[in-house]
Amino acid sequence: MANKSVWSDNRFWQRSATWVTGFASVLLIWLTFDTSAQISMGDDADLKNGVTKRVPGPTVINYKITYEMDAKRGHEVPVIGEKEKFFGRDDYSEEEAGALLHLGKLGSQAKNCMDCHTLLGNGAYYAPDLTKSWLDPAWGPEGSMQSMTGKDTKEEAMAEFLQHPSQYPTHARMMPNLGITAAEAKGLVAFLKHMSSIDTNGFPRNFGKIQGAVHGK
Amino acid sequence: MANNHLTSESKQLATWYFTFAAIIFGAQLLFGLVAAIQYVMPAFLFELVDFSIARIIHINALVVWMVFAMFGSVYWLLPDETGIETVGIKIGKLLFWVFAAAIVVVVLVYLLVQVGPADETTIWFITEGREYIEAPRWADFGIVVVALGFVGNLFLTGMKGKQTGIVTVLMADMIAFAGLYLAGMFFTDNISVDQYWWWWVIHLWVEATWEVFVGAIAAYGLITMIGAHRKTVEMWLWIEVSMLFGSGILGLGHHYFWIGTPEYWWEIGALFSALEPLPLVAMFIHVLYDWGKTQGSQDAKGEQLSVINNKPAFTWFVLNAFGNFLGAGIWGFFHTLPQVNLYTHGTQFTSAHGHLAFFGAYATILIGMFYLGVQGSNGIKVMKNTKLSIWATSMITGGVVGMTVALTIAGYVQVLVSRAQMGATWAAYFDGQSGLWFVQAMDWRLIMGVVTFLGFVLLATDLLRTGKSAVHER
Repeated sequence: MANKSVWSDNRFWQRSATWVTGFASVLLIWLTFDTSAQISMGDDADLKNGVTKRVPGPTVINYKITYEMDAKRGHEVPVIGEKEKFFGRDDYSEEEAGALLHLGKLGSQAKNCMDCHTLLGNGAYYAPDLTKSWLDPAWGPEGSMQSMTGKDTKEEAMAEFLQHPSQYPTHARMMPNLGITAAEAKGLVAFLKHMSSIDTNGFPRNFGKIQGAVHGK
Repeated sequence: MANNHLTSESKQLATWYFTFAAIIFGAQLLFGLVAAIQYVMPAFLFELVDFSIARIIHINALVVWMVFAMFGSVYWLLPDETGIETVGIKIGKLLFWVFAAAIVVVVLVYLLVQVGPADETTIWFITEGREYIEAPRWADFGIVVVALGFVGNLFLTGMKGKQTGIVTVLMADMIAFAGLYLAGMFFTDNISVDQYWWWWVIHLWVEATWEVFVGAIAAYGLITMIGAHRKTVEMWLWIEVSMLFGSGILGLGHHYFWIGTPEYWWEIGALFSALEPLPLVAMFIHVLYDWGKTQGSQDAKGEQLSVINNKPAFTWFVLNAFGNFLGAGIWGFFHTLPQVNLYTHGTQFTSAHGHLAFFGAYATILIGMFYLGVQGSNGIKVMKNTKLSIWATSMITGGVVGMTVALTIAGYVQVLVSRAQMGATWAAYFDGQSGLWFVQAMDWRLIMGVVTFLGFVLLATDLLRTGKSAVHER
């Protein structure tokens, strides 16, 4: 009689499961070290020296950010350009900008933003994605939001909207009043501007490039 | 659920867990309905219970009732598998009350306090604002303590009693399940780092450890409900573990396409997540094959008898085999490749997948466990479907499938109009939301949600009543 085959042996499959799981886990941990280094936040020196970081430092709020097609990578990437005023200043120190970002990130969690909006595409689908909202033409000089809120700059319009969202409805579905203070609104806008500078491998595609081709507009 | 037929304290504790889970399941569906109504009528409860609040409760209740039902399932099967009473059952009972009380407080704070100022006190006491694991930090520590107690009981019992293959898998799986929660407990200003670790919790739960848990429960169910052969069942279980962890752990990469993480995750995520449906096919075949095999041997004896000793539970287990493959496997694969995901990421597509996957992979089998609890509590030898069981099963399944189809159609509109055609801006978003197909899909989702909820009411009634019914063999 032939010997029992290893393929029907539970011990063999138990060992296989252990090895496969172990191997996958080790690979994941190794990749995590590499990724963690690549997504650590840059600093002010990086920005001044033109070092490209996937997640730039908080002082990126002192600069103009655009979202442009990179021919080599085949998708759009955030491009950090010349200095740009943010609430009237373009000289935020590392500490000041870091404090603003900290406040904004805390605010984004304390107000449950992610349970209506998506951030980096994750969250709920009841309201627009915020990944590149800083670059949304609706908030720019040509857009409707500045005149609607009676403000002259993008950041002021956004901060005003965040403090009194249900005064400026853009759809039957409105944003509720979440008790956002002026300081928190400023932090949140800094957080949004910073998020738009993160290299998201071209997500979302064609953001803000297409001016309405729906309903014959 | 009367406990008079249960001599095992572990099984009694399991029925507590099942009962609380069923109540939270009801809350999940109720707040899901609120959110679904708000898509159709945005003014509904505006600035009272906003969509964000309804959704937090909808998805947190989902996670919580499933965790409760999972803990209950383990307490239920431990005496059967190990042959001894669960070690540390007194602590187990105490931790149940601690856990349940904590959950009630967390939900009341979500509902009544809702949001807080942008500082650490909000994170500690109101909400952490991170989808699925919004629970404030004090509750995080409570959950860790409760999970440690649970895992401790499981390990002590497994090491003292007979350590079957199923118990071994559960021991390894549950410690990973509990340990992964730690990855979601810290705050960082860097949202890419934040989401990197957040996915360790969410993905490595639902696409790895929870799936392995389902494999173990399905194995237990096949042995107890149809008398499948342990050797065969456990061999399959080990194969499933290899396939699930082999694909699921690195399948995590499909969440790392667009959150700031490097481009190599495209290839890793695409490859391994594309493999993720394979174990689900294996699990599907496994359940149906074993059923056919045991029924076939029974038929060969010349008797026209079903091998199933719990019809409603087995129905849910078979629905699990289908639902897991369809909801997690097919609906997941739809949008897992980066070329597709670039446009579907963050749309109702994800929502469609989420509904069918959580239902198909987890709700089904856990409802099956509820019926095993009712059977044991009432000393029933062969449990049959009542009219109510059949109505409940059909309405819940039909309702969820209906919602999934509706959300998939809504997702198509969003992908084509908001994303591909208009480039994902604020205006693009609302153009998509206003599309006729999108609006109609949301109407249908609400209708199907109501069907699901009514089905749940029937299910709850059936679970309370069927134990006393005369149709069963005792």
